[in-house]
Amino acid sequence: MSKSGTESFKEQILQKQVFEGIPYLKLLGIRLDFVNDELTVALPFTEQIIGNHDLPAIHGGATASLLEITAKVTLCLKILSVGPQCETKSAILGEQGLELPKTISFYVDYLRSGKPLDSFARATVYRMGRRYASVQVEAWQDDRNRMFAQGTGHFLLI
Amino acid sequence: MFQIPSNLADANEFIQRLPFSKALNMRVEEIGESRAVMTIPYDLQLIGNPLTGVIDGGVVTALMDTCGGLAVLIHPEVNPPMATLNLKVDYMRPANPGQGITAEATCYNVTRTVAFVRVMAFDEDRKRPVATALATYTLN
Repeated sequence: MSKSGTESFKEQILQKQVFEGIPYLKLLGIRLDFVNDELTVALPFTEQIIGNHDLPAIHGGATASLLEITAKVTLCLKILSVGPQCETKSAILGEQGLELPKTISFYVDYLRSGKPLDSFARATVYRMGRRYASVQVEAWQDDRNRMFAQGTGHFLLI
Repeated sequence: MFQIPSNLADANEFIQRLPFSKALNMRVEEIGESRAVMTIPYDLQLIGNPLTGVIDGGVVTALMDTCGGLAVLIHPEVNPPMATLNLKVDYMRPANPGQGITAEATCYNVTRTVAFVRVMAFDEDRKRPVATALATYTLN
């Protein structure tokens, strides 16, 4: 990482403001938490994300949204943290504001039903090329070591 | 309880009872033997990119998951309960801002334990899909 810790932290705060201003994330109540330069995305439990009343369970679409946004934000932070300036970096930091990487495909593996509890997700960018990036995400609830969903996404960088 | 909707009004009532589907304003447009068509009207709250006004990919995914699930539920050989096992979405292009999203799902095969579904999503341009998905659902 070529940036100083303070500078990268500033960027993270900027991203936090940008991301938390996205209407769909606001609707879901999604929160970004940075701890030691690591990002955890939280989806607080609310009545409106229920997809099955009988269990009750969180809707698969809400889980998928959490996974996808976690992958995207983590990828953005990765792009901003590498190198001084590159094509990819200029592509996402557009003149009007942040342009998010576009999702090419996203795979969600529902491991167990989402309980009526807060959910958390963390992603790893395991390959970032010039044009494409591959990101793996995992989501958990009350037990960090017990995933309830995981996902893999491919994103277009420029 | 999980009950199998037998007509369009029942299907809409069923979908509206799911709080998340209701929050995204999902509607059922058509149901067939193992086929369902559902929509989400354009709404400022669903925007994923404030610069362009494009609806978030997660909304499209949520619609495809729900529509796929409905196609499974109305398949003649399926007994509830059911749940999504996996879902793979390919995004072809951003949806046009200002236009709603329509998903068309077909449950093309069921076994004793698994249902297989494919889904296509469009905006008002029905020639070029916004996204396609393949999904499997657990049965019983």
